[in-house]
Amino acid sequence: MDWINAIIQGILLGGLYALFAAGLSLIFGVMRLVNIAHGDFIVLAAFLALSTTTLLGINPLMALVIIVPVMAGIGYVLQRSVLNQTLGDDILPPLLVTFGLSIIIQNALLEIYSADPQKMNAGPIETASIAVPGGLNIGVLPLLMFVVAVAVIAGLQWIFYRSALGRAFRAVSDKQDIAQLIGLNKAHVFGLAMALSLAVVGIAGVFLGIRTSFDPSIGPGRLIFGFEAVIIGGLGNLWGTLIGGIILGVSQNIGAQINPGWQLLAGHIAFLIVLAVKPRGLFPRID
Amino acid sequence: MPDALLATRELDAFYGDFQALFGVEIAIEPGEVIAIIGANGAGKTTLMRSITGLLNNSPEMVTYRGHEIGSLRADLIARRGIAMVPEGRQLFQSLSVEENLIIGGQMGRKGPWTLERIFELFPVLKERRAVPATALSGGQQQMVAIGRALMSNPDLLLFDEISLGLAPIIIKSIYDALPNIIGDGMSTIIVEQDIAKALSVATRVYCMQEGRISLEGRSDALSREQISAAYFGV
Repeated sequence: MDWINAIIQGILLGGLYALFAAGLSLIFGVMRLVNIAHGDFIVLAAFLALSTTTLLGINPLMALVIIVPVMAGIGYVLQRSVLNQTLGDDILPPLLVTFGLSIIIQNALLEIYSADPQKMNAGPIETASIAVPGGLNIGVLPLLMFVVAVAVIAGLQWIFYRSALGRAFRAVSDKQDIAQLIGLNKAHVFGLAMALSLAVVGIAGVFLGIRTSFDPSIGPGRLIFGFEAVIIGGLGNLWGTLIGGIILGVSQNIGAQINPGWQLLAGHIAFLIVLAVKPRGLFPRID
Repeated sequence: MPDALLATRELDAFYGDFQALFGVEIAIEPGEVIAIIGANGAGKTTLMRSITGLLNNSPEMVTYRGHEIGSLRADLIARRGIAMVPEGRQLFQSLSVEENLIIGGQMGRKGPWTLERIFELFPVLKERRAVPATALSGGQQQMVAIGRALMSNPDLLLFDEISLGLAPIIIKSIYDALPNIIGDGMSTIIVEQDIAKALSVATRVYCMQEGRISLEGRSDALSREQISAAYFGV
């Protein structure tokens, strides 16, 4: 029974990892930019949510209404003012610049919030659970986060493949020059892609801050989870990213079930196995 | 030509240190169809890239409706009504046939061209609207590229190497469709290596050689000898 429980909790945790990964996957797909600061933006969102909840005295889940648009705005301005200048034939400049951003964000958070671990309290919902047959209990909050993750992936999928914005994303991704010829301003389109990416980061950050304690140093670790989920699922496939997140979450929980010290290791091993067997991930869509 | 729709003036264009165009001057009046011919490397595509803004120059080198657009960004030039069917089709491979056409009209410029009318012009595209654009044959891809440009309802349409890499029968069918396309009084610049085809549709011709205009004149007034001299430089 403990094993089934571990797997179910792992699946629910996988939703959160998919949220870490979705924004990463999106901007890589649109502009081939690997955002090294992605994890630190997740932590930044968590701290912004912390300040919002203490300042306004609202539930962290309510803070999403503020954090998501704020993060989207940060994403748009960051892309237009900094990251667009780094894009070109060479993939190194965006890596270096986002690496620098990562360090800046970590140290700014350290300066403002100190190194103390923080956690947000979402109230009674945190301990609420649903009893399911077989004597298992599923936490309402993890379930809610998983459902939101699935909804976010479905929403991104819809935007990418069904909406005018998604058409613009794909067109600019395919051929930047030709996209300009039909009147698409690629700087603006890239800005919108980063805004969308950081909007998802906003959700991920708030959920992270409710689920576990966080401090300014944990961003790179979240980035690794996001990377692993993307790679396991296959580049450019959002549903694959969700499955990648679930595989990572389940592996970690099974590892922890065997020995609490093996939690992270088990996740990395699962990732390495997938990489060895299918180097392009389980469901690759782009080369 | 003061009433020209589009004109270039002493246009020099560079790729880095390499100068590709030397003092090129062309002009097109509203409703006119002109052809630009020349061998490979004569600078035809560079001229198209300069007009559409993919290559930036000094502002005064390209004027459109009396405005200097030589240094404008390509998407802003597109919004003013200049569209191009690029060399090699250059369709968006992640988009279906229909999506390629729809995105061509995403600026929302008003005019006679709609998805329905493109499908009337090229019925085969309607049958294959849902397949990825790059799954089509070369000729059908050229139809999509033409349709994509028309969907923006341009005032000036550029065709870059319209028949390059296509089978003769496809080239013929595309040229047969041209009167339907440019019959609405759309100003058109056709870039061609096939001199006879170019002369058959254009009222005036510019010949380019090594980055310069080597000959210009009315299609019916130029002799074959003049053109070959200007084309090959012999």
